[in-house]
Amino acid sequence: MSELLQFTFSGLTVGAVYALVALGFTIIYNASGVVNFAQGEFVMLGGMITVFAHAAGAPLPAAAALAVVATAAVGILLNKLAIERARGASVVTLIIITIGASIFLRGAAQLGFDKQLHRFPSFSGDDPIAIGGATILPQSLWMLFGAAVVFAGLYLFFTRSLTGKAVLATANNKLAAQLVGIDTDFVMALSFGLSAAIGALAGILATPITLTSYDAGTALALKGFAAAMLGGMGNPFGALVGGLLVGLIEAMTAGYLSSDYKDAAAFVVILAVLFAMPQGLFGKSAQERV
Amino acid sequence: MRPIFAKPLSARHATLLALLLLIAVAPAFFPSNFYYRVGTLIFINGLAVTGLVVLIGYAGQISLGHAGFAGLGAYACALGPVHLGLPPALSLVLGAVLSGLLAWLVGRPILRLKGHYLAIATLGFGVLVSMVLANEAWLTGGPDGMAVADLGLRGLLKSAGIKVGNAELWYWLAGLILLAGAWLALNLKDSPSGRALRSLHDSEVAARTVGVDVAGYKLSAFVISAVYASVSGSLLALTNRFVTPDIANFLHSIELVTMTVLGGAGTVIGAVTGALLLTALPQVLTALQEYEHIVFGLIMMLVMIFLPDGLLPSLHRLLRRRSS
Amino acid sequence: MKKSILLSLTAAAALAVGLAGPADAEIKIGSTLAVTGGASFLGDPEAKTLKMLVDQVNAAGGVNGEKLELVQYDDGGNPNKARTFATRLVEDDEVVAVIGGSTTGATMAMIPVFEEAKIPFISLAGAVVIIDPVKKWVFKTPHTDRMACGKIFEDIRKRGLSKVGLISGTGGFGKSMRQQCLDVAGSAGVEIVADETYGPDDADVTPQLTKIKNAPGVQAILNAGFGQGPAIVTRNVRQLGIALPLYQSHGVASKSFIELAGEAAEGVRLPASALLVADKLPDSDPQKEVVVGYKAAYEKATGQPVSTFGGHAYDAFQMLVAAMKKAGSAKPAAVRDAIEQTKGFMGTAGVVNMSATDHLGLDLTAFRMLEIRKGDWALVE
Repeated sequence: MSELLQFTFSGLTVGAVYALVALGFTIIYNASGVVNFAQGEFVMLGGMITVFAHAAGAPLPAAAALAVVATAAVGILLNKLAIERARGASVVTLIIITIGASIFLRGAAQLGFDKQLHRFPSFSGDDPIAIGGATILPQSLWMLFGAAVVFAGLYLFFTRSLTGKAVLATANNKLAAQLVGIDTDFVMALSFGLSAAIGALAGILATPITLTSYDAGTALALKGFAAAMLGGMGNPFGALVGGLLVGLIEAMTAGYLSSDYKDAAAFVVILAVLFAMPQGLFGKSAQERV
Repeated sequence: MRPIFAKPLSARHATLLALLLLIAVAPAFFPSNFYYRVGTLIFINGLAVTGLVVLIGYAGQISLGHAGFAGLGAYACALGPVHLGLPPALSLVLGAVLSGLLAWLVGRPILRLKGHYLAIATLGFGVLVSMVLANEAWLTGGPDGMAVADLGLRGLLKSAGIKVGNAELWYWLAGLILLAGAWLALNLKDSPSGRALRSLHDSEVAARTVGVDVAGYKLSAFVISAVYASVSGSLLALTNRFVTPDIANFLHSIELVTMTVLGGAGTVIGAVTGALLLTALPQVLTALQEYEHIVFGLIMMLVMIFLPDGLLPSLHRLLRRRSS
Repeated sequence: MKKSILLSLTAAAALAVGLAGPADAEIKIGSTLAVTGGASFLGDPEAKTLKMLVDQVNAAGGVNGEKLELVQYDDGGNPNKARTFATRLVEDDEVVAVIGGSTTGATMAMIPVFEEAKIPFISLAGAVVIIDPVKKWVFKTPHTDRMACGKIFEDIRKRGLSKVGLISGTGGFGKSMRQQCLDVAGSAGVEIVADETYGPDDADVTPQLTKIKNAPGVQAILNAGFGQGPAIVTRNVRQLGIALPLYQSHGVASKSFIELAGEAAEGVRLPASALLVADKLPDSDPQKEVVVGYKAAYEKATGQPVSTFGGHAYDAFQMLVAAMKKAGSAKPAAVRDAIEQTKGFMGTAGVVNMSATDHLGLDLTAFRMLEIRKGDWALVE
């Protein structure tokens, strides 16, 4: 029993990171229909900027705040300089643009920071908490808490606030949104900034456990994207569930089957789900107009 | 009376002629044998992207996992001679057949998905293939890879009295195979099947209403492009005499799609141009040392932002505007 | 009058050309390393070391009166790229020797090129397959993963233990070392009672460690891998409260591992070259001079802590230069023969004695067993 519990804790820890990355994907997708492959780099920037700001003397909270703000700015710039100008381009073209952005950001991080692995201290220390024969780190709890807060915040944002509804309206039909007076440029900038900030937060929460380096973003983007698809692209609840599910599947496979194929298990499950439900677990079904 | 030479060349002939000229004339400018190697890589990539033109350009689908088929073709050439005693050339054919078969099996369910869902499903497929190749070390040599037998063509030619260097031979062989692949793809485009295929690009619903077997044609495009990728992977393994699971990984899939789209996914010549640029560019960028990745990412973004249809279509439009 | 002016001008020109000749002549050494990418903590110090040493040698007058030129490429650990750069070095840059191949995959992909072009190649990668079977033009400087297993098992037996839980990374290094450890365990008197793996990007390995913890009779844990994996394994071991001795591989022999693993690193043992404990070596240690010298030079030139991987590049370069001096020429064939005859060379990895059947030249004494105590390296007596 304690084994199962330990595997669950492991899955939730890793799943929380995936969920936060997936939530970031969701916001940008909701606003612009773009899947931002540079999302992983936002996570990386959150971690790396915090590391270097902290090493330069800033107290951890200040360094973290700086990282979030700086990364949000990068997200807004990405939108302004790259995505906005590529209006109306095909899915494939947009994917390539964001991949180019991801390579660019990685190259810049390599130069601006360094190529080493880094971490900073956990928020509440490293002494594990024992529950039912298994242990979980305080930092894992922070990550789960962070994912829950972000999700709740996004849910309220999209359903209760006017701005949030404006974002959804823009995603639905940009022209119509403009016609009713929504400043779609602002909405886009906000979405990218928010998504980047969430990514940075994910990086900050995760780094004490996962470590960070200039290329930490690639693997995370892949898993986060997969998780978002599993849950149904564009649905924050789907992103949360998808992320946690992918983490749990990995942990259970490693624990009960073979650790060699734990990554494969997650993808097999995703493929199986998509074959049965082509819009993911909670996605809306798309309508194709001729 | 207009002389026959005044008749404009059809797109198909123009493409083939351009390719032929490129392949035949380039060596005259090579400062060293190294360039034969770069040329070979360009042609091998060109073959893979020609297949992707059929899938992305003609049928309007997307795949972020096609390197998986390249990996299958590559390992077929590595394992065939060792475990089945087959000559490498036959292993190449076997790899292509297996890839086509796998594409046919996996394609039907996968192609029901659309857009980003299709992207992630194909991505998952590619990841699974590369994982199996990396994990089953007892068979594949694992992440450190395995050696690949010699194709034997050079020896064959030698016994016929023709002596040719290794690098040059591969250049001509890859170029020839690219020409053949391009010819096939271009013929497909202009055939009735090709037209049916291309109707999918704009609207599947509309195509269905005029009686096109949408699912069937999507599957054919997927299988065809898988075979192209497989042959391309086999050639890479044979020219390198070595193969690692990297060949099937996500990064390689992205590279292939980027090459296709960069030059212009709608045409073979566009995609091959993309392959040329993205294969040669890293060699040119080595001079930039640490800045290589920044410049590379920047180029990718700029080209796709300002020339979203790809390099060649945009150039074509520019020239047309100038001449009018 | 005009004729004589013409004559003297021609003579002057001829002299100028003649003088310009040898002074401009350079010995080109090639290198392709994983300076960026997943293996960059291998390739980056290696590249920095080579650059530093080339500058050093040139400042002292070069080799055999000629300056060295280093042609450095970055293959990112990608074997296909490495292969292309190998061809470029041989055909386009026309180098006389190559030091490179940070990873085993890249090395193995390049070997056919150098064997065909008959250019001596010193690899900086770990796997034993690089020099076993011996290839005429291929040498290597790092200890093999097989040796690391041997050293670790030796220490485990010394402590009176024999049942080992193995956890390895699925990357090339981890997989290769895992296989070597499984191969030599029996003859070393060690029994592998658990065999788990993790991916190079994994953030949590508690499921795998839980299985190892529950394996019947397990007495020690061995982690074969490099990169972020070992740090995470070490932290997770502490998190789960597993009190067994933990052994890491020589792949984590760097200060950053101690920083990343934090308190959990206390008591961890690993085989490494003397480089990490350079200042703590007794003065009578024959390696002391070499490792202290390299450590000081590297840290001064780059501002970063010394790394054993940079040390491999140091050994390769010094052996190459010594071979060129011994052969009195930079002709590839002569240099290759001289490298093969290296005897008694003292490098950061240990004493090197090469032969026609041994293109590595190190033995087990070259490896030291280190333990992490109070956040720093200590020699295990």
